Amino acid sequence: MSGGSYINRPNRALTAYALVFLTVLYLPVLALPLFSFNESISVRFPLQGFTLQWYVDLWSRDSVLAALWNSVRVGVCVSLLATALGLLAARAITLRRLPGQNAIVAFAMLPLVIPGIIFGVALLILFSRIGVPLSLITVGFGHLVICLPFAVATLLPRFEGFDRSIEEASADLGENGWWTFWRVTFPMVLPGVVASLLLTFTISFDEFIITFFLSGYDATLPIYIWSQLRFPREFPSVLALSTLILAASFILVFTALWIGRIGLARPEEAEARKEGPA
Amino acid sequence: MTPGDGFISIRNVAKSYGAFRAIESISMEIGKGEFFSLLGASGCGKTTLLRMLAGFEDVSGGEIWIDGQEMSAVPPFRRPVNMVFQNYAIFPHMNVAENVGYGLRKLNLPKTQRREMVEEMLDLVRLAGYGGRKANELSGGQRQRVALARALILKPKVLLLDEPLGALDRQLREQMQVELRRLQRSIGITFVFVTHDQEEALTLSDRIAVMDGGAVLQVGSPADLYERPASRKVAGFIGTMNFLRARVAERANGRAHLDVEALGRLAVPAEATTLAAGSPAWIAIRPERFALSDAPPADGSYAVEASLELTTYLGERCRHVVRLAGHETRIAVSAPNARRHQPASLDLEKPVWLTWSEDAVIVLEEDRT
Ligand SMILES: Nc1ncnc2c1ncn2[C@@H]1O[C@H](COP(=O)(O)OP(=O)(O)OP(=O)(O)O)[C@@H](O)[C@H]1O
Ligand SMILES: [Mg+2]
Repeated sequence: MSGGSYINRPNRALTAYALVFLTVLYLPVLALPLFSFNESISVRFPLQGFTLQWYVDLWSRDSVLAALWNSVRVGVCVSLLATALGLLAARAITLRRLPGQNAIVAFAMLPLVIPGIIFGVALLILFSRIGVPLSLITVGFGHLVICLPFAVATLLPRFEGFDRSIEEASADLGENGWWTFWRVTFPMVLPGVVASLLLTFTISFDEFIITFFLSGYDATLPIYIWSQLRFPREFPSVLALSTLILAASFILVFTALWIGRIGLARPEEAEARKEGPA
Repeated sequence: MTPGDGFISIRNVAKSYGAFRAIESISMEIGKGEFFSLLGASGCGKTTLLRMLAGFEDVSGGEIWIDGQEMSAVPPFRRPVNMVFQNYAIFPHMNVAENVGYGLRKLNLPKTQRREMVEEMLDLVRLAGYGGRKANELSGGQRQRVALARALILKPKVLLLDEPLGALDRQLREQMQVELRRLQRSIGITFVFVTHDQEEALTLSDRIAVMDGGAVLQVGSPADLYERPASRKVAGFIGTMNFLRARVAERANGRAHLDVEALGRLAVPAEATTLAAGSPAWIAIRPERFALSDAPPADGSYAVEASLELTTYLGERCRHVVRLAGHETRIAVSAPNARRHQPASLDLEKPVWLTWSEDAVIVLEEDRT
């Protein structure tokens, strides 16, 4: 978009501020990839030459691969469940037939503001009271609780920007509620669904605190990393692993945000697209 | 049409939203193959009535029958009606052909036949070759035709149209009016058409229901409504009308005599009004039923002296405002420009004579409010 109108005109001060902000935010994080390519075992300047050795090392360790596999399994299950439940919740909220609906929305969003450690302890107590052994399933349950608000928050704008007469038109053309959902509603919220899947997967994949309380013998990747921190010799490998996770998370979240915005484009962008070559 | 024999029979239908009564006990009959319009000002309940016919709103009272079947227990997806929405409600994630063929899934037709039906429909609405376009690559008029084709492909018994031409510019609207009428004639489906544009209703409809505040004021053909309005509200809503206060002076010899403000005593055939002598009334005369002349008419028809206040040239006709001599009353007169316009033929200074004939006079009751 060229900023032809007053509101779109570039603002230098704002741009500078954004740059400073992003630098301060991400500079420390960038140390991870930097040192993961360093030949020396100790993390300290000056750097001692470039190597991919730590990355190659990772592949030869079964425990890393096992932890990765655990994380992926939990992440996939949690993202599917959270998105499915989020879909139902967003749908119910936008139908505006529920009494006390604002309270329900607030309640669904609560995990966003409750510290993970409190949730972790609470769930740990709950599970041990009712005698559920800790496993990847309890971890998944904990992840589900914190992922759900993100799923709802990603899907809600999709449903809210939805013209009800589109669904009425489908009913009018002979489709009942079930078919209307699959032929009209779902395709229209699909970008939100994909975004929610990616986002909740990333959150589950990166989650540490709740996992720490709820995991049994099977470690997820963040737990594995944490356990390796005690061994200085392992540190470069941990850096390499963290770098990979960082990169994957970045890609997933950016894809999620990008997909989530498809079709929700601002009016002037939609306008510009319409005027472009058909 | 008598109650109960219509193809669509609306019987004492009412609709309330909470304490607000949007529709109060409407009854009417709509015939098979009829082009029937609901005409009324914004907020009078046209959309509400249409949505009850489509099944999107439950009725609060009364019954709707379509083709001999009571509709209260029939959900929208089983009703023999299809609707063209006010905003068209085109499915944004589908192209034109998919939109038009949306309703065909249930018929379990082979793919080729389905495609043929879609092509045929697109032909009918003059969109052949547009099947691959996305909905947001269409103009307003084209979207409207997609909505129309999508609803018509199921061969519904009734097509409901909610101000389908409201968003279009004047030229396109007139073009679409002609096409709608052509379509409706060629396929013989009953159309129930909502509009707040009286000219549009008059152009298109076989019959019109004039609505106001959730009630039906009058149902009739365009000519009925224009020539024989049943109330002052209807007369004022359709076309332009001059209203003058009057009182029934006497009824004698098959004539009713009225004392009319500024025009004096007029006689009309007794059938023209049922009002008894002494009752207050209104008389209404259309602007084009008056004529203006330089001299009093020789044949002794009704005439009063007046002065010309304003003339507006409108191409095919001129619109004048005259003031009756000795009164404050102003009358709108509309005169066709049968010959090439001569600005000097009517002088603003000179007195003119306003003439009309007996059958121009419509007698109306005082509105009960
Ligand atoms: N869901 C609703 N809840 C409460 N009131 C409603 C609702 N829908 C419509 N109304 C009211 O019912 C009345 C009739 O509305 P309706 O939409 O039928 O008007 P309309 O004749 O179609 O007007 P327009 O020409 O502006 O479309 C209006 O006063 C409106 O405010
Ligand atoms: Mg309306």
